[in-house]
Amino acid sequence: MDFTYDSETVALRDAVRALLGKAYPSSEDRRRVVEADPGFDESVWTRIAELGVLGLPFSEEDGGSGAGPVEVSVVAEEIGRVLAPEPIIESVVLAGGLVAAAGTAEQRADVLGRLSEGSTVLIPALLDSGQAVSASGEGETVTLTGAKEPVLHGARADELVVSAVTDRGVELFLVKGDAEGLTRTGYRTHDGGRAARVELASTPAVRLGEQGDRSATIEEVLAAARIAYCHEALGAMEVALSQTVEYLKTRKQFGVTLNTFQALTFRAADLYVSMELARSTVMWATLVLADAPERAGEAASRAKAIVSRTSRHIGQEAIQLHGGIGMTAEYSVGHYTSRLTALDHWLGGGADHRAVLADGIRDHDVLEPLA
Amino acid sequence: MKLRLSDEDARFRDEMREYFTTQFPEHIRTKVLNRQELSKDDIVESQRALNAEGLAVPNWPVEWGGRDWSQLQRHLWHEEMQLAGVPIPLAFNASMIGPVLAAFASQEMKERFLPKTANLDIWWSQGFSEPDAGSDLASLRTTAVRDGDEYVVNGQKTWTTLGQYGDWIFTLVRTDPNVKKQAGISMLLIDMTSPGLTVRPIQLIDGGHEVNEVFFEDVRVPAENLVGEENKGWNYAKFLLGNERVGVAPVGTTKRWLADAKKVAGDRLNDPVLATRVAELENELLALELTALRVVAHSAEGKPHPASSVLKLRGTELQQAVTELYVDLAGPWSLASGAGDGSETPGWARVSTPQYLNFRKASIYGGSNEVQRQIISGTILGL
Repeated sequence: MDFTYDSETVALRDAVRALLGKAYPSSEDRRRVVEADPGFDESVWTRIAELGVLGLPFSEEDGGSGAGPVEVSVVAEEIGRVLAPEPIIESVVLAGGLVAAAGTAEQRADVLGRLSEGSTVLIPALLDSGQAVSASGEGETVTLTGAKEPVLHGARADELVVSAVTDRGVELFLVKGDAEGLTRTGYRTHDGGRAARVELASTPAVRLGEQGDRSATIEEVLAAARIAYCHEALGAMEVALSQTVEYLKTRKQFGVTLNTFQALTFRAADLYVSMELARSTVMWATLVLADAPERAGEAASRAKAIVSRTSRHIGQEAIQLHGGIGMTAEYSVGHYTSRLTALDHWLGGGADHRAVLADGIRDHDVLEPLA
Repeated sequence: MKLRLSDEDARFRDEMREYFTTQFPEHIRTKVLNRQELSKDDIVESQRALNAEGLAVPNWPVEWGGRDWSQLQRHLWHEEMQLAGVPIPLAFNASMIGPVLAAFASQEMKERFLPKTANLDIWWSQGFSEPDAGSDLASLRTTAVRDGDEYVVNGQKTWTTLGQYGDWIFTLVRTDPNVKKQAGISMLLIDMTSPGLTVRPIQLIDGGHEVNEVFFEDVRVPAENLVGEENKGWNYAKFLLGNERVGVAPVGTTKRWLADAKKVAGDRLNDPVLATRVAELENELLALELTALRVVAHSAEGKPHPASSVLKLRGTELQQAVTELYVDLAGPWSLASGAGDGSETPGWARVSTPQYLNFRKASIYGGSNEVQRQIISGTILGL
């Protein structure tokens, strides 16, 4: 049992922090970028690729660097610290993770190679909306019909990984952004991000890998993505908390700084308690993903359930302890709360994951964390 | 970063589990697992059994019976005891006065007290709190005035847990009233059979007798019973209270209580409201346990990590939440705490309310949870 990072992981974290810190030195810089489409900075995307981040978890044959969940987790935390809007987790962990798990060797080398070098924005489209997407036709090339929404960064995507119902269950398909019969209606999300309604009408698509139900693969990749998003939330919560603590030390009312009021400092102490408990759980989930992947689904639900509660606690109190300034778009802290709210409701909210845990309480006597 | 225990630590844990579940006196474990109260004899027998195996005071220096274990191994020892229903060695001896004497007492005093302290041949009581010195401990008023080779002690201590069993009491006394309050305090060891010392029980809301008042009227204490130096007692007390905070989050016991709650709930777990409540408690306990493991890994030798306040605060909240769950599971049975052996009301239900009421203490002792928030906001957040 060891919760410390080795020197290589620390070096990766520092490199990502330096890159993103330079790209988004203040929340105003980020605000400017997310104002205009595509909602992120294409040049940052290129630099992230040059740093090797977009190929981090993929094998070397597939164009990646063969890193594990721990490396992904430190990158995700840095994304959260500055609310970087680039769709890194969507592309790398979710869409890339699906290709890595389901694709043929040829597909992996092709798609993940291009993703790793930054020449394609690969986006997952998993959530059906209205008419569930279904596939027709046999063999490698089929057509898809139906609708997905919300697809994060769906309008900007160069390629989409789309789940569709087939006779065998749920299968995964690659769809080109310029494919026939593909309609994408993009819009802004409350956290400065982008999403789209993606409609497919007899849209040509290529099956990922061999024929067969991919439900289990999708669940495994979702677990990894949930854990990565929890790390993003950790990064965001840490900054929201430290900004709030700084504000209490400097803001004066009644002629004194706010930290003279115990009613406020005790609430900050409670935020710290929440933060530490969440950090322990999320780091544990990453270790489970790395060392005991058979428990990753459960660990992801545990992390999501804790982070849901913690991100509400910290997000809400960060605004309240700032007062009116926390409500303004010009000030940073409210953007953190908005992003945390988005993360909370993405890939299953707190209540969903608590329900998963409730279903499992009879599977064990005492809960053993050490695998 | 890694999840699994090293082979060495896994072996260590298995050895602990093996001893606690197969060698340790069964009748004591049974009582603990059934949530029954232990007698003085049970507690003494338990500690002597552990001491015979070298498992009573592993946190002490090796020359006084301690073990050269890593922080993680101490943690595993502590958790395995709780999971198995083995009583934790008496805190006053093993984690309070023992480490203080080992760190600060004269060689003569160590030889006189430490072996008997480890073996519970001496039962120690804690004489810190006073009626007007609770969270503000340094404002204590019990005085010790030097008179030749003796101190003359006058005053009153309170909340003395299990003081009715105490042979000796380690006290904080004021030896210099003319300096800053922290700078005039000394630590004095007092034989509880001394003339002028009386112990009076305090009845608590659970109906039990767990704590006491201790009165000192011209109690004469040999000057050789002073720990370390005169007027340095506050330093020793801070050392002691820091240690107290670390062990005060009994994760293992709370885990076991929660697992047992699932058993007594039985089919009622089909109720999603109850199931979700249990699931959330399990998850919050997991977060606490993992935080304890993180804190353990980052504790410098002998110095508690500042985040140990998190463990105390959250550990006691969860302990209380599980006792509350039992009362709710008991429902109307929770009123049957006075039912005798002829009653159909199960034992766990009969003790549920007294234990719920009793454990309101947990967020008050060991530095109240408000004191922990003060430590977090001041020491950690710099507010």
